[in-house]
Amino acid sequence: MTTVRYADVEVGTELPEQTYPVRRADLVRYAGASGDFNPIHWSDRVAREVGLPGVIAHGMFTMAQAGRLITDWVGDPGAVVEYGVRFSAPVVVPDDEQGTEIVVGGTVTKKLDDNQVVVAITARSAGAKVLARSTAVVRLA
Amino acid sequence: MAINRDYLGRVYELPEPYEVTRVKIREFADAISDPNPLYRDPARAKEAGYADVIAPPTFPIILGMEGAGQAIADPELGLDFSRVVHGDQRFRYSRPLQAGDLVTCRTTITDIKALGGNELLTLDSEIATTAGEHVVTSVNMLVVRGTAPAEK
Repeated sequence: MTTVRYADVEVGTELPEQTYPVRRADLVRYAGASGDFNPIHWSDRVAREVGLPGVIAHGMFTMAQAGRLITDWVGDPGAVVEYGVRFSAPVVVPDDEQGTEIVVGGTVTKKLDDNQVVVAITARSAGAKVLARSTAVVRLA
Repeated sequence: MAINRDYLGRVYELPEPYEVTRVKIREFADAISDPNPLYRDPARAKEAGYADVIAPPTFPIILGMEGAGQAIADPELGLDFSRVVHGDQRFRYSRPLQAGDLVTCRTTITDIKALGGNELLTLDSEIATTAGEHVVTSVNMLVVRGTAPAEK
């Protein structure tokens, strides 16, 4: 069940910012689980051939991390009614132990009928804004 | 090479219904490093009011990818997969997918256009149970980098 009450949320309520690590191994595992084997997510050679700086994370991996900010906040992932993102810059994942990080934040921007609210989501990696115009609509208790 | 504009409106269906399983949901949840118990523990999912474990919100991309994969593999469409990056993704949910669901996925190419030397391909996937209950709609916009026909 959703633990966040509609009555307790205001426009401007912020979701606690979270930092999620991304390493090459995460991309390999994500490729296998999702079925997206595009070589730009595992081969520097292919990534550079098509003009990318190097291997980049699957957009859907970033979307999943940003989604986790929302589902951890509401408690019940089934409370998500709509979720949409625009991938505005690639998350470049170096081939080393540290990899990189995705920093995700959210702010309630609108209260709708039927206990639903709109959350605007931000995500940054290595200083670049990697998601733009990204929102989730969630139904609260 | 430019995308074949004749493919606008083309529909791809899964060759057979997709069965959502506990094992696949757990594998996907592990791959996104999300420890949420509702993705793993049927007892916790039942406490939360679900029949079985539920899938993360981005799990339906697996089905969208199947549809997109059929399009991408179609040589007549003229898509170079290594030039594809994900531009935009949106989901509208009637409810979460859950273990035990047997679903169909109907993917339609709804838009093909050029923008700044790139081409944008939009795919809408309707995911419903075999009984006809809508579960989720996925709208997936792919950017094919540097393939737009030269502007004159």
